[in-house]
Order: sequence, then C-alpha cells, then structure tokens
Amino acid sequence: MLELKNITYTVDADGQKRDILKNISLTIDERFVAITGPNGGGKSTLARMIAGIIQPTEGRLYLDGQDITDKSITERALAGISFAFQQPVRFKGLTVKDLITLAAGRDISISEACGYLSEVGLCAREYIGREINASLSGGELKRIEIAMIIARGTRLSIFDEPEAGIDLWSFNNLIQVFESMHEKLGGSIMIISHQERILSIADRVIVIADGSVRADGARGDILPELLSGQGTCSVLTDKL
Amino acid sequence: MDKIEKNLLEQIADLHDVPQGAYNIRTNGSLSGRATTENIDIVTKTDKPGIDIIIKPGTKNESVHIPVLLSQTGLQDLVYNDFYIGENADVTIIAGCGIHNGGDSESRHDGIHSFHLAAGARLKYVEKHYGEGDGNGKNVMNPTTIIELDEGSYMEMETTQIKGVDSTQRDTTARIAQGATLIVREKIMTHGQQFAGTDFTVDMNGEGCSANVMSRSVAKGESEQVFRSRINGNARCNGHTECDAIIMDHAKVSAIPELTANHLDAALIHEAAIGKIAGEQLIKLMTLGLTEQEAEEQIVSGFLK
Repeated sequence: MLELKNITYTVDADGQKRDILKNISLTIDERFVAITGPNGGGKSTLARMIAGIIQPTEGRLYLDGQDITDKSITERALAGISFAFQQPVRFKGLTVKDLITLAAGRDISISEACGYLSEVGLCAREYIGREINASLSGGELKRIEIAMIIARGTRLSIFDEPEAGIDLWSFNNLIQVFESMHEKLGGSIMIISHQERILSIADRVIVIADGSVRADGARGDILPELLSGQGTCSVLTDKL
Repeated sequence: MDKIEKNLLEQIADLHDVPQGAYNIRTNGSLSGRATTENIDIVTKTDKPGIDIIIKPGTKNESVHIPVLLSQTGLQDLVYNDFYIGENADVTIIAGCGIHNGGDSESRHDGIHSFHLAAGARLKYVEKHYGEGDGNGKNVMNPTTIIELDEGSYMEMETTQIKGVDSTQRDTTARIAQGATLIVREKIMTHGQQFAGTDFTVDMNGEGCSANVMSRSVAKGESEQVFRSRINGNARCNGHTECDAIIMDHAKVSAIPELTANHLDAALIHEAAIGKIAGEQLIKLMTLGLTEQEAEEQIVSGFLK
C-alpha cells in the first residue's frame, strides 16, 4: 500500500515560486490505478517523486506503512517500487539481455529473458543481443522498458505514459500487455495515461490537474464524467 | 613461465599456457617460446630486434599468438615485427603486451608492426595492452602500426587498453588499394594521471576502397586522451571515423578529425561525441536497484564491451 500525505512540490521559476503539486494526499492499494489529467498537471512529477527521483518540498510518502520520504532511488527500488520511464533511456553497449538481467536482480537464463520479452510481444531471438541504442525504435524501447518492470515483479509498478511515442499497431498490442499484466502481476500497477482504453481497464481513476486531485473514484464513476466533459477542463476532454 | 608472467598472458591473450598453433612469446626482451606450422613461419630478424611472420597464400582458419611480457622493472624494449599475409589467406593474429612493473624505473615496450596484406587476404588482428605493478615505475607503450592493404584485401584491427598503462602514444598509418577494406575498433580506458594519444592516418588510394575507424574511450581521474584521425580520400571511396568518449572526474578528452577529399567521389564522414554519463542513465539503473556506483560501473563496462 502506498500513502502520500500532504505532498507539495514547489519549484523556483525565474525567481517566482510555483507549486507543481499542491497538498496531495492519496492512498493507493488497488490492483490497477490509472492517473490521468492534462499535460503539465503534475502527473509525471508525482510518479518521479514516488520513485525517489525528486523530493517533495513538504509531505511524506509511506510504502506499506514504512516512511520512505528520505530513502534514495536505489533503496525504494529495493523496497519494491518499479518505474517505467515515459522516455526510455538508451545505453551504448548494454544489451537487452543485460538490462533484463539487471532488472531481475540475478543471473537469468536465456529462456527466462525470452519469457519476459514475449510478454511484451517481442521475439527474444531477435532482441536479446541487441544494444539499447538508436537502432531500436521508440515502440521497441517502450516494450523493453515494460519487460524490465515485469522482470522485477515488485509490489508497486509505475508506468509513465506507456502509450507516448508509439504507433497505433504497437498501442493495440500494449493494451493486451497491460490486460494480461493486470491478471498476472501480484502487486499494484499505477499507470499514467491519457488513453481511454487504458483508463477503461483500471479499477480506479484519479484525475490530477493543476497540481491537485480533481476527481478520484471507481472507473465506473469517473470515466463517464471525464468523457462527457463535466467537471473537467476542456484541455483534458480534448485530450481524451 | 612464472606466476606473474602467466597472469600477464591471461590478461592480454586469455591464455592460461602456451597457445595452440603458431606462436612467439617474448619475455623481458628475449625469445621464450616459438612454434611454427606448415603454413606459418616465424623468423628472427638479423638486422634489428624483432620477427618476420610469413603466412603462406591460401592459409585458412589459422591463428598466430605473439604476446610480449615484461616483468623486469626498468626494461626498455623496442621490437620490429613484420607480417606478410599471402594471397587469399584468412587468419587471426593475437598480439598484446603486458607489463608488470614492481620497481621504481620506467618499463617501456615500443612495438613497430608492419602488415602487408596481399590481394584478397583477410586478417583479424587483436591487440591488448595491460599494465600492473605496485612500484612507482611507469608503464609505457608506444605502438606504431603500418598497414598496407593490396587489392581486395580486408583487415579488421581491434585494440584494447583498459588498465594500468601510464602513457601511450599509438600511431597508425594505412594505405588502402582498390576494393580493400580496413576496419579499426579501438577501446581505451585511462585513469589517475595517465595519458593516451592515438593518431590515425589513412590514405584511401584505390577505387571502391573503404575505411572505418572507430574509437570508444572512457577517461577517469586526472587522465588525458587525444584522438586524432586523418582520412584522405584519393579515389572513389567510403571513409568513416568515429570517436565516442565518456569523460569523468577531472579528465580531458580531445577528438581531432581531419578529412581530406582529393577526389570528387570520395565520401568521408566524421562523428565525434564526448560527454559525461547521462543522469537519466544512472537514474534508470538506480530504479532497477543498483547503487549509483554500480550503475556507473555497468555503464562504463557496457560502453567498452
């Protein structure tokens, strides 16, 4: 269970203080939680904060009752938090097998790595020895990023806009990946997304706009409201 | 061979004992072991230190090991090795120099290697440089490589210097004839106060020849690296040179390309990138549970793999 208590994140922009996150409190325990809202609303900031990449200006974070606010990225990763980047990072020289092995945290066999890659629709034989460099497309990198999260198998997996930068064909497959991950993965999945099809497989939908929680509830309650445009800004409804 | 020499041999040639096939082992400035085969002859030079390695035309799938081991502090070793690869031969040569300097004097090995590839010959040349020792004496290696590629020949050269060489100046010159290909892959890591300079001059003289000179390096501590690559396109040819470096701590790296096209159909490209490890790379690996130090080690070892 992840708890955020009174989280505020303030940055200094051109000498002016600006609140990116404003006193957010949330408890996340569901199997599949989607976070949505307009661009610039603070969703990615929140995800990066949970992973420990940025620190809150105020407030505390708890994982299964343990205060993790002052824990490093590494410590949080080892405590059971995984984070799939919106823009996967490239590494000259490191291969798909290297990264999947690092993600698993132990030496894994080719057939195990193959299992993780086939979960995301990649043929291991083609990819296992490939370098994580510019020769891989955005969609391929995104899938490898997701395969790493599956290989970690932690109690909380956060995905920051997995649909960003991938083509429609890859997207249709991605939905299937999340549907099956939902069934197989033991822990909680938290996914930042603008896509109705991803929101429609979530147990709970949280709308974050302008640094605050605008709406929060079961998919059946939030989604119709979002799609009809009531109670949300036009930017968001345009996006959806 | 003693324990120190055996360790040096393992570091530079992945060998635990004397190799199979043809070999010539030079230890502390003199010959300590040699074997030839029906197709590969190794002859000691009479006018200066060094050997001639003669590979018969048509020799296939054979290899030659020529390691040089220095375990005596203060030894200054200069050697001339000439390689003659016969027409349509296809062989691998594994060279390397390992220095163990346990004293306070400078140990130095300067190897001058000349390669002559006859028409249609193919060669893979692998060279590793390694230094160690607990004394204050410096380990110095200054290899000079001269390459002559005849029509349609092909040479792949892989050089690696990962550890313990305090100072190196590597000069390589190549002349490439019609339809011949040269591929160079260089990997260097420097640390402490080390210096590594590499200097390539490639003359692309024949129609349809090609050259690709690639360098990957990591500079740590206070070390300094200078990569210089001159490619002259004198005919219709394809030339490519690339320097990719990771800089850390207070190190310095220079990449100096020089492309000259003396022919309308010479296509020449240079790419260079020098930068520190990207913060996002470290963060990504840390989100997988690695410490910052472990993440850095993974990135560096992957980059130089």
